Amino acid sequence: MTEYLIKNGFVFDPVQGIKGDKADVAVKDGRIVTGVSSGAKVIDAAGKTVMAGAVEIHAHIAGPKVNEGRNYRPEDKLFTYTPKSRQSRMAGGFSIPTTFKTGYEYARMGYTTAMEAAMPPLYARHVHEEMRDTPIIDEGAYPVFGNNWFVMEYLKNGEIENAAAYIAWLLRASKGYAIKVVNPGGTEAWSWGLNCLTVNDPVPYFDITPAEIMTGLMQANEFLGLPHSMHVHQNSLGNPGNYTVTLDSLKLAEKIKPNNKFGRDTVLHSTHLQFHSYGGDNWGNFESKSKEVMDYVNRQKNITIDTGCVTLDETTTMTADGPFEHHLTELNHLKWANIDVELETGSGVVPYVYSPDIKVCEIQWAIGLEIALLTKDHMRTFITTDHPNAGPFIRYPRIIKWLMSAEARKERIDSFKHSAKMIDATLIAGMDREISLYELAQMTRAGPAKALGLANLYGGLAPGMDGDVVVYNFNPEKDHKPDEIEKAFSAAAFVLKRGTPVVVDGEIVSNGNKRTLWVDAKTDENPQVMRDIRDKFLRYYSINMNNYEVAGHFLTNPMAIEVDATR
Amino acid sequence: MTKTVTDVICPFCGTLCDDLEVVVSDDGKTIVDVYNACAIGAEKFMHSQARDRVKRPRMQQPDGTYKEVSYDEAVEYTAQMLANAKKPLMYGWSSTSCEAQSVGHEIAEKVGAIVDNTATVCHGTTLIAVQDVGIPSCTLGEIKNRADRIIFWGCNPAHAHPRHQSRYSIFPRGFFTNKGHKNRKVVVVDPRRTDTAKMADYHFQIEQGRDYELLSAFRVAVRGEWLPDTVAGISKERIYEAAEMLKSGRFGIIFFGMGVTQSLSKNHNIDEAIMLTKDLNDYTKFSIMAMRGHYNVTGSGQVMGWQFGFPYATDLSRGFARYNPGETTSNDLLVRGEVDAVFVLGSDPGAHFPISSVKKISQLPSVCVDPHITPTSEVSKLHVPVAFVGVEVGGNCYRMDNVPIDARKVVDPPEGMLTDEEFLTRVNKRLEQLVAVT
Repeated sequence: MTEYLIKNGFVFDPVQGIKGDKADVAVKDGRIVTGVSSGAKVIDAAGKTVMAGAVEIHAHIAGPKVNEGRNYRPEDKLFTYTPKSRQSRMAGGFSIPTTFKTGYEYARMGYTTAMEAAMPPLYARHVHEEMRDTPIIDEGAYPVFGNNWFVMEYLKNGEIENAAAYIAWLLRASKGYAIKVVNPGGTEAWSWGLNCLTVNDPVPYFDITPAEIMTGLMQANEFLGLPHSMHVHQNSLGNPGNYTVTLDSLKLAEKIKPNNKFGRDTVLHSTHLQFHSYGGDNWGNFESKSKEVMDYVNRQKNITIDTGCVTLDETTTMTADGPFEHHLTELNHLKWANIDVELETGSGVVPYVYSPDIKVCEIQWAIGLEIALLTKDHMRTFITTDHPNAGPFIRYPRIIKWLMSAEARKERIDSFKHSAKMIDATLIAGMDREISLYELAQMTRAGPAKALGLANLYGGLAPGMDGDVVVYNFNPEKDHKPDEIEKAFSAAAFVLKRGTPVVVDGEIVSNGNKRTLWVDAKTDENPQVMRDIRDKFLRYYSINMNNYEVAGHFLTNPMAIEVDATR
Repeated sequence: MTKTVTDVICPFCGTLCDDLEVVVSDDGKTIVDVYNACAIGAEKFMHSQARDRVKRPRMQQPDGTYKEVSYDEAVEYTAQMLANAKKPLMYGWSSTSCEAQSVGHEIAEKVGAIVDNTATVCHGTTLIAVQDVGIPSCTLGEIKNRADRIIFWGCNPAHAHPRHQSRYSIFPRGFFTNKGHKNRKVVVVDPRRTDTAKMADYHFQIEQGRDYELLSAFRVAVRGEWLPDTVAGISKERIYEAAEMLKSGRFGIIFFGMGVTQSLSKNHNIDEAIMLTKDLNDYTKFSIMAMRGHYNVTGSGQVMGWQFGFPYATDLSRGFARYNPGETTSNDLLVRGEVDAVFVLGSDPGAHFPISSVKKISQLPSVCVDPHITPTSEVSKLHVPVAFVGVEVGGNCYRMDNVPIDARKVVDPPEGMLTDEEFLTRVNKRLEQLVAVT
């Protein structure tokens, strides 16, 4: 097996606490090692930044709604296509790139792992088929549970153990990774054209509240001891004044204690917080409440968040929050796709243009960055764009630029059409904080890996971890113009994925050896839950139970994370 | 003793029933009987057992007779044809698995082909309409569990999707619809008095080709605005009454078929139907769904979508994917003489394309990959028979509501026969040698 020695780079590794020291990184047999033989291939990283491969904790990159977005937006492909090469397939698309492009673009930016954020279990095969066609990056997918009939029925009766047994069964059937919750209760309500806009709105017929669903799912998550915490997209996304709902949801975590063997010390991940930190009560007095929300997040140590930064692009929103997408199409009158999924969830897709000439979009841009800049613990705040909802993931280098350079932010603010009004409604103009490379490595590597329970594999350069190493053309000892930061993080000089070079000088050189992650949780036999599952399939599902489970051949190099929850 | 294979997926129509039971002989080689399937689905299974089935590739001779050739020769002919063509058309894909489609796309990318599926003469107009105005839809289980207003517009599932009504739409007792069809009001819009129309509470016998007018009239009536005395042959009183009935439901659905997608106004009909659905969401919950034909035409659109970004009519001949229906659609290419080779798999354009297109196929180097003898195999230079997907080999398929179901293998294919995927994989391997990558 080939050995690699990445020499003399400025290394940033939160796992070992290395903050830019000149050091060598050795890789052998796909893993980081303490040293390699003299025959190792040497990569000269002198004057460059070296980090572990980045970990994407929340992006919509595979599955039915992503593909609906691709198919119903031919315009998204305009001027984006690159032809095939010796190593790569033809690839195109901007906000919803093809699967090949998704793999290539993540790798070029130095991302080596990505999680699909919402998998409708009935469509799990579709998600896995797309992940199979996404090269290079390791992937996993979160099945959605927040509007699932089984879950709502068990939790209404306080049956945490039964809910946990069902969750374990569904994770196995769908080859899923974590418990995802999207607009708890609200999407089920949407099947009747309704919604749940606070944590106390009862779900029609099921007569349970979003607060009860979230609390119960956190308890079930810790009962099972899954690697990731419950991952939630809260109620009332995108509405002025929704920050109170956000705080109500986050507070639910206060009562829950983490329980797992993966080194995860959090119980709730609140995703794309930007969309949930709004003040005001209409679009006229819409304002940032990032401070109120982040004050709480900084205090409450058992939650993690990701930002959901707005990138000011034309994009395609897609979420399992069906009622929100209907609300959005009523706002912007762009084409609306909706998919309600029997017994499980729903989803919607609407294109959206985040314009720097629209005040609300400018404020949203500011809120996303404020959340990152107000963070005290960078191991608990992760950079995302909720791809493609707040912007496409290929804009991460631009977000990094805005976070690392107050000058870049000032340039942006000055060129907004409504900069004065925007400044009144936000805090961004008064912030001179700049994120360091070490903090960046925490927010994009070590932090998300730890939150996912994968800290032993990803996010660091300690011996024994996966050989995912990235070299950026970025010399931390020199001053940089803002655009140089963006350029450096757009195309890595060198990316090693599990010991295989996949990117050299920003070009794809290999399709790597991608893995598919899923969680295999073993529980005690539970005849009641199995009977309930059989009964629901017999009476209410439109497919047979025996045709539900995703077979192993849909997964490329499957890697099951085993959890023993038997008592 | 015979054995029964349960939970079998039916590889016929977009309803993709997955509850079939197939009885096979003791040695597992022959199919004895098929339960739960409709007449067409059962016949698909039994047809694979035909004694006169073609089991080896056949090359058509200049005098019209056939000469049996080996699979090796068939692979060579196909690879050479695709490698030598400047702009080959690779059409079909709707009656095969996603795995085979995926290999086909890799080939198409190598040789710079146009990939098109049967939507081009079917629901392609629907796909265009969705690109115009979106589509609020749901899975079929949602209809079963919730829907109390069912519209069939320009489709006749009683004949084309025979088990649709019992499994999903009219009759099933679901969670919130425990009285089955008594919970539901059924509307059929069709100029003919079809067998589906006979089951409806309301049959609107519309004047042929007037769907756009009637859809617009429904939108007007839903808003309570003024209508002329009759629209498309239907009196305004009946339209107002139907609009009120739709608004008063809890959950409604419009199913539509070829009667609207391929009649006058084409995609504009579907635009209007989708906008009617969207309008009705201001009053209650409403969805709309295309009655897709082939059992995996939906899958072809999905695989093409995630690999190239377009659901059909994808032109890869310039080295990147382009999509321009009317230009890159099969019939337009054939009629204008823009393609110089034709590869067909999993469809029968010989039976369904206009004669002017079929004539072009017959004049070009052409390969037809199909388990059956079809009008297409008869006009193609090479016919490659393969195993039946869903009977003799498994593979993933997408139902009309985009739900993927992994088809099962029930019996072995006849000795020595290749599957679609195997044949394509061998062609792809050969092309690696023939086509230099820049």
